[in-house]
Amino acid sequence: MIHEKIHTENMFLHYGSKLALNDISIQIPEKKVTAFIGPSGCGKSTFLRSLNRMNDLIDGVKIEGKILIDGINIYDNNIDVVTLRKKVGMVFQKSNPFAKSIYENVAYGPRINGVKDKKQLDEIVETALQNAAIWTEVKDRLGDSAMGLSGGQQQRLCIARTLAVNPEIVLMDEPASALDPLSTSKIEELIVQLKEKYTIVIVTHNMQQAARISDLTAFFYLGELIEFDKTKKIFTNPDKKQTEDYITGRFG
Amino acid sequence: MTKKTKKAKQSELTDSGLIDITKKKFRWSEYLAEKIIKGTAFLSITIIVLIFFFVFRESMPIFSTAKATAKTEAAMENQAEQETYGDVTDKPKVEDTQETYGEVKDVSATADSTSEAYSVSAGSGFDDNQTALKSILTKDWVPVSQKPRYGIFSLIIGTFKVTIISMLFAAPLAIMAALYTASFAGKRLKEIIKPTIEMLAGFPSVVIGFFALMVMATFLQEIFHYDTRLNSFVGGIAMGIAAIPIIFTITEDALTAVPKTFKEASLALGASKWQTAFFVILPAATPGIFAAVLLGIGRVFGETMIALMATGNAAQMDLNPFTSVRTLAATIGAEMAEVVFGDTHYNVLFLIGSLLFIFTFILNAIAEFYVKGKLMKRIQGK
Repeated sequence: MIHEKIHTENMFLHYGSKLALNDISIQIPEKKVTAFIGPSGCGKSTFLRSLNRMNDLIDGVKIEGKILIDGINIYDNNIDVVTLRKKVGMVFQKSNPFAKSIYENVAYGPRINGVKDKKQLDEIVETALQNAAIWTEVKDRLGDSAMGLSGGQQQRLCIARTLAVNPEIVLMDEPASALDPLSTSKIEELIVQLKEKYTIVIVTHNMQQAARISDLTAFFYLGELIEFDKTKKIFTNPDKKQTEDYITGRFG
Repeated sequence: MTKKTKKAKQSELTDSGLIDITKKKFRWSEYLAEKIIKGTAFLSITIIVLIFFFVFRESMPIFSTAKATAKTEAAMENQAEQETYGDVTDKPKVEDTQETYGEVKDVSATADSTSEAYSVSAGSGFDDNQTALKSILTKDWVPVSQKPRYGIFSLIIGTFKVTIISMLFAAPLAIMAALYTASFAGKRLKEIIKPTIEMLAGFPSVVIGFFALMVMATFLQEIFHYDTRLNSFVGGIAMGIAAIPIIFTITEDALTAVPKTFKEASLALGASKWQTAFFVILPAATPGIFAAVLLGIGRVFGETMIALMATGNAAQMDLNPFTSVRTLAATIGAEMAEVVFGDTHYNVLFLIGSLLFIFTFILNAIAEFYVKGKLMKRIQGK
C-alpha cells in the first residue's frame, strides 16, 4: 500500500459563523498528484490553505478536527508554523513574484533559511529553475526584474521559488487558471514531472486538467467531500450521482 | 433644460426611427467644467511660479553692480536718507577698509544714534553691493553692523546640520513605527496608533519649539553635558519630532499598499513574520519610504518656528552637533520684519528664500530621478 502523507479526520472549518468545511476526512498518498475539483465556493481552496495553515492569516477562521501530516497534527500547540510551511510549500492562483530580480526571487527562500554561501545559492537557484522548466528561458537574465516575465514564466518562477526551499508537499491553488493554453500545458507537464519527488495537491477548475495530470481526484461540493477516488474511476464511473452530474457538466 | 436642448434631444431620432449620431452637439456644461478645471490648475501653477519669480527678482540686485534702488517708494526714502549722510559715508567708501568705517561710526553716531542709519547708509551704496556679494562667500553672518557681512554659508551649513540630525533621529523611528503598525500590530492597536500619530502632524510647531526650549534643552544638556544649551542637536531632535508624523503616515501607507500576495508568498516559503516584513515588505515599499523621508526633510528644511526657538540662532560654521546654529528659514523669519525695504540685507534675505526654493527643487528632482531610475532598478532588478 502507498504511504499516506496527509490525513484529515472529521475536519470542520468555520468562517465566523459560517460553516465552510463540513466533516472532511481524506487520506492523500505520498508522491502522487491529487486534484481537488468542484464548483466555486465549495471549499476546496479553503481546505488546501488549511494544509499549511495559511488560513491563520484570515481573521475569524476556526478549525476543528485533525489534520495530520506524516502522522502529526499540524494544529497542535507545539507546531512551529514557519517550519511547517517549509515542509508544505504553496503556489498561488495569481503568480506573485516579489519585485526583485529573478535570481533574488528564487534565492529568497534558501537565504532566509540560512544559506549564505554564494556558490551554494547559485546551485540551488539553478536546480530549482531547472526543475521548474524555466532555466533555459531565464539563465541569461537572472539579474532582470521578475516583473518583466510573462504570466506563464512568472508562475513557473513561483514554482521554482517554492521548490528552492525543498518542501515535501507542494500545494497548488489553480496554478494555471490565469494562463494561456501553451503556458498551461507547460505547467501541467511540469506537475507530472514533479510528482517523482514531491507530493502534489492541486485545486483546479479545469476538469480536463484534473483528468490529465492527477492520480487521484476529490470532488467537493458545498463544503463537503462528496467523493474521493482514483482519477480514472471518478471520471469514468463515479459512485455518487452528484459527482457524475458535475463531471458531465449538468451543473457547476 | 432650455428649449434648444430639448429640441436637440427630440431630433436625435431620424425619420427612420434610428438614433442619429452624425450631428455633433456642443455640450455647454462639459465645456465649462473642463475650462474651470484647467483654469484652476494653471492658476495654482502660476501662483507658485510668480512667487518664485518675485523672490528671485528681489534677490537679484546684489548680483548687479548698479543697484536698482529707485524701484520702490521706500527705496526712494532710503536714497533721500543716504544723501543726508552722504558727506559722512563718501570718504570711507573710497578707502573701503573696516577701520575707516569704524571712524565713520563715531561721526554718524553723534549725528544720529540709531543703528538703522548705518545699515541704510552702508547697505545701499554702490560699492557695498560688491562687498556684500563678496562677503556672501565668507563665513560670517553679520548683517547689521558698520560693515555688514552676509556669509550665508554658515546658514547653509547650519541648516544642513539640523536637517541631518533631525533625519537621523526621526527617519528610523518613524519607519520602524510604521513597519510595526503595518505588519505586526493587531487590528485594534493599529486603529489607535495610526490616528494618534497622524494627529501629531497637525501639532503647532510653536508648541514643539516651546517644549524643546523649556524642557528638552535642559534635559538633553543633563545627559550629554554640552556647553551651549540651545544648539543644533536640540533643534534637530525637536524638528525630528515635528517630522515623525509625516514620515510615519506616508511610510505606513506605502507599506500597507504592498500587495498582500507578497506577504502570502513569503510566509508560504517558510519565512517568519519579521523576515517577511524586513526582506519583502520593506524593500517593496522603498520608493514610498524614500518619498516619505524627503517630505520629512522638506518639512525640517522649511521649519522656522522650532529653529528660531531651539537652535540658539548663532550663525556658526562648524560640524560639531552641539554648537548653536542659525538656519536659513529662521534667518528670514527673524530678520525680515526688521530689515530696511530695498536694502542689501533685504536682498540677501530674498536670496536665502530663493535658495530654500532651489534646495527643495533639487530635493524633489533627486526623488524623481533617483527613485524612478537607480533605486527601483537596484531593488527590483533591471
